[in-house]
Amino acid sequence: MGYPHPTHPKETPVLSRHFGDSDARSFDGWKRRGGYASLEKALGMSREQVTEEVKTSGLRGRGGAGFPCGLKWTFMPKQRTQPHYLCVNADESEPGTFKDREIMRWTPHAVIEGAAIAAYAIQAEQTYVYIRGEFTEAIAIMQQALDEAYIKGVLGINAMGKGVRIDMTIHRGAGAYICGEETALMNSIEGKRGNPRIRPPFPAASGLFGCPTTINNVETLAAVPPIIEQGGAWYRAICLSNPNSTGTKLFSVCGTVRSPGTYEVAMGFPLKDLVHDLAGGMRPGRRLKAVIPGGSSVPILTADEAEATLLDYEGCVARGTMLGSGGVIVMDDSVDMVYQIMRLARFYAHESCAQCTQCREGTAWTTKILQRILHGQGKLEDLDLLLDLSEQMTGTTICVLSDSCAAPVVSGIRKFRDEFEAYIDSGRAVAQV
Amino acid sequence: MSQTTGAGAVAGAESLPPVFDEAGRRELDAVVARYPTKAAALLPALWMVQRKHGWVSPQGMAEVAEALALTPAYVKGVVTFYSMYHQHPVGTHFVQLCTTTPCNVCGAEKVAEAFLRATGAKRLGETSPDGAWTVVEVECLGACGFATPVLLDDDFIESVTPESVPAIVARYR
Ligand SMILES: Cc1cc2nc3c(=O)[nH]c(=O)nc-3n(C[C@H](O)[C@H](O)[C@H](O)COP(=O)(O)O)c2cc1C
Ligand code: SF4
Ligand code: FES
Repeated sequence: MGYPHPTHPKETPVLSRHFGDSDARSFDGWKRRGGYASLEKALGMSREQVTEEVKTSGLRGRGGAGFPCGLKWTFMPKQRTQPHYLCVNADESEPGTFKDREIMRWTPHAVIEGAAIAAYAIQAEQTYVYIRGEFTEAIAIMQQALDEAYIKGVLGINAMGKGVRIDMTIHRGAGAYICGEETALMNSIEGKRGNPRIRPPFPAASGLFGCPTTINNVETLAAVPPIIEQGGAWYRAICLSNPNSTGTKLFSVCGTVRSPGTYEVAMGFPLKDLVHDLAGGMRPGRRLKAVIPGGSSVPILTADEAEATLLDYEGCVARGTMLGSGGVIVMDDSVDMVYQIMRLARFYAHESCAQCTQCREGTAWTTKILQRILHGQGKLEDLDLLLDLSEQMTGTTICVLSDSCAAPVVSGIRKFRDEFEAYIDSGRAVAQV
Repeated sequence: MSQTTGAGAVAGAESLPPVFDEAGRRELDAVVARYPTKAAALLPALWMVQRKHGWVSPQGMAEVAEALALTPAYVKGVVTFYSMYHQHPVGTHFVQLCTTTPCNVCGAEKVAEAFLRATGAKRLGETSPDGAWTVVEVECLGACGFATPVLLDDDFIESVTPESVPAIVARYR
C-alpha cells in the first residue's frame, strides 16, 4: 500500500501488503501471515532449483542497476573452497529513495527470509545487513526481528532444523552515501574508509574479506519469498509493458505532490498515473514542471516527457532516463531548477570519496559554477563549461558517483536552459546559497 | 538499540571514562566474534565510544586502536571518512535535518531556520550558548516523503514543519 496512505486500487501490493500493520513486525505475526513458509520450502529444494526459480521470475536488482538477480547468484563458485558472503544493501541514501526503510520497518522478517533464501542459494554462511547509520528506527526493528529469528531457530548453525548454517549480522553505517556502492560497502564492513574498489576482480570472485560475495538490495531480497512461494512464472506474469521488466516495484514518490509515499505497482505502470493519481497530483494552483524518476542520479524529465513515460527499465531508457532506485522526485512550477540542481551537485560534491580527480574536482567545480550563476555573476560560457565538465566526469572514474552528478546538470541545462539564462542575463541573485 | 549522539555530550577531554572496561570489553568481544577479522569491528567499536562519550575523542580513538590492534592513525583515517562520528563535543541534543533537493523543494530550509530560532543556536553547526543544542544540516536521510525528516539524538521525527519545531524543542528541553 502507498504508506502512509491506504492501498490505491491501481496498486499491486506484494511487498507492501503489510505496510502500516505493526503486528506483521513480530515473528509470530509474520508466521500468521504465512511467513517463513518460503524459507522452509527453499531449504527443501536444491540450491540450483532455488536460483533457477529466481531466474525464471525475471527479478532484476532494485538497488539501481537492474542486474538480473538469479544470474548474479550463478556467478558464485559452485565449489565452496573458502567462505562465501551475502551482503544486504540497506544503505538507502540516494536522494528521493525511501522504500527500503518502509520494507525494513514494517516487514523486517521479509528481509531476513529473503536474505536467508539467498544465503542458502549461494552457500553463504554469514550475511551482513549493512544499514545506514541514520536509520535508527529501522536498525532497532531489524535487530529485534533478527534476535527473534535466532531464538526461534530460523537462523544459526542449524537453520530451521535443516542442517544448514545461516548467520546474519547487522552492520551499522556511519554516514556516507558512497557506502551504498557495493565495493565501498564491503570496505566499510571490513573496517576501512568507504572507497569503491577498482573492478575486476568482481565481488563473486573476490569480494568481502577477499572471498566470493553477492550483494543485493533490500527490495530485491524481499521479493524472493513471494517468488519461491508462488513460483517464478507467477512473478514474471506481473508485467504491463516490456517482458524484460517483471514483477512489482516500490516507487517512493516525494517532492511537491499532495500525497508523498511509497507505492507498489506492476512494472510498466505509467508515471503519469503514479504522480497524478496515486500520489494525488499537484497542490492547488500548481502545474507539474519536472520529474526525476529514479533517484537523483538519473536525468531529469520535463513534464511532457514524464507524462509519456512507462515505469520499467526499458520505458525509462526510451525517454532518455533510468528507472534507478525508483525514487520519484516531483517538482512543480514553484521550483527553481537552477537552485535545486546546484543543491544536487552540492550533494555529490559532499559525498565524493575523493579518490578520482575527475569526481573530486568535477563535483566541487560544478557546484561552484552553479553557485556563481545563482549569485548573479554567471556568464553564458559557464553553461558550456558545465556541459564540458560533465562530459569529462562521465565514464572516467572508479564508480559512477561522478556520472551521477553530471546527469542532472546536463539534462537540467538542456531542458531548462531558459532558467539558467535568466539568472545570467539579469544578474539577479538568490539569497543564501 | 540506542546508539549515537547526544546525551551527556559536552564532556571535556580530561574526564573520559574508559569505554572498554570489563563490560565494554565483553560487548566488543561479542561483536568481533561475528567477523573473520578484528578490524571489521572498527565501525561498531567507534559507535560504542560515541555512545559512551557523546563524541569520538583522540583518547577514544587510541582505546579503539589498542583494542583492535590497529594504529591510531588508521583509526583516525576511518573516523574522518564518516560524517556521523563527532570529532568534537556537541550539544546535549544533536539535531540533523535534511535539506537535500526533495526536502528542499518542500521548504526544509525554513525548518532549519525554525530550529535555530527555537534552540538559540546562532548558526548551523554551532552549539547554542547554553551548550544544549547543536543543529546541523545533513544530506538525504532516506525519508524524503516525510519532508522534513529530523534525526534528533536517536529519534527519527517525520514531517517536521516550521510550525511544529517549537513544540519539538520544548519536549527535549
Ligand atoms: C554511488 C552509488 C551509491 C549506491 N547506493 C546504493 C544504495 O544505497 N542501496 C542499494 O541497494 N544500492 C546502491 N547502489 C548500487 C549497488 O552498487 C549495487 O548495484 C546494488 O546494491 C546491487 O543490488 P541489486 O542487484 O539487488 O540491486 C549504489 C551504487 C552507486 C554507484
Ligand atoms: S567516482 Fe567519486 S565517489 Fe566514485 S570512487 Fe571516484 S572519487 Fe570516489
Ligand atoms: S531528501 Fe530529505 S530525506 Fe531524502
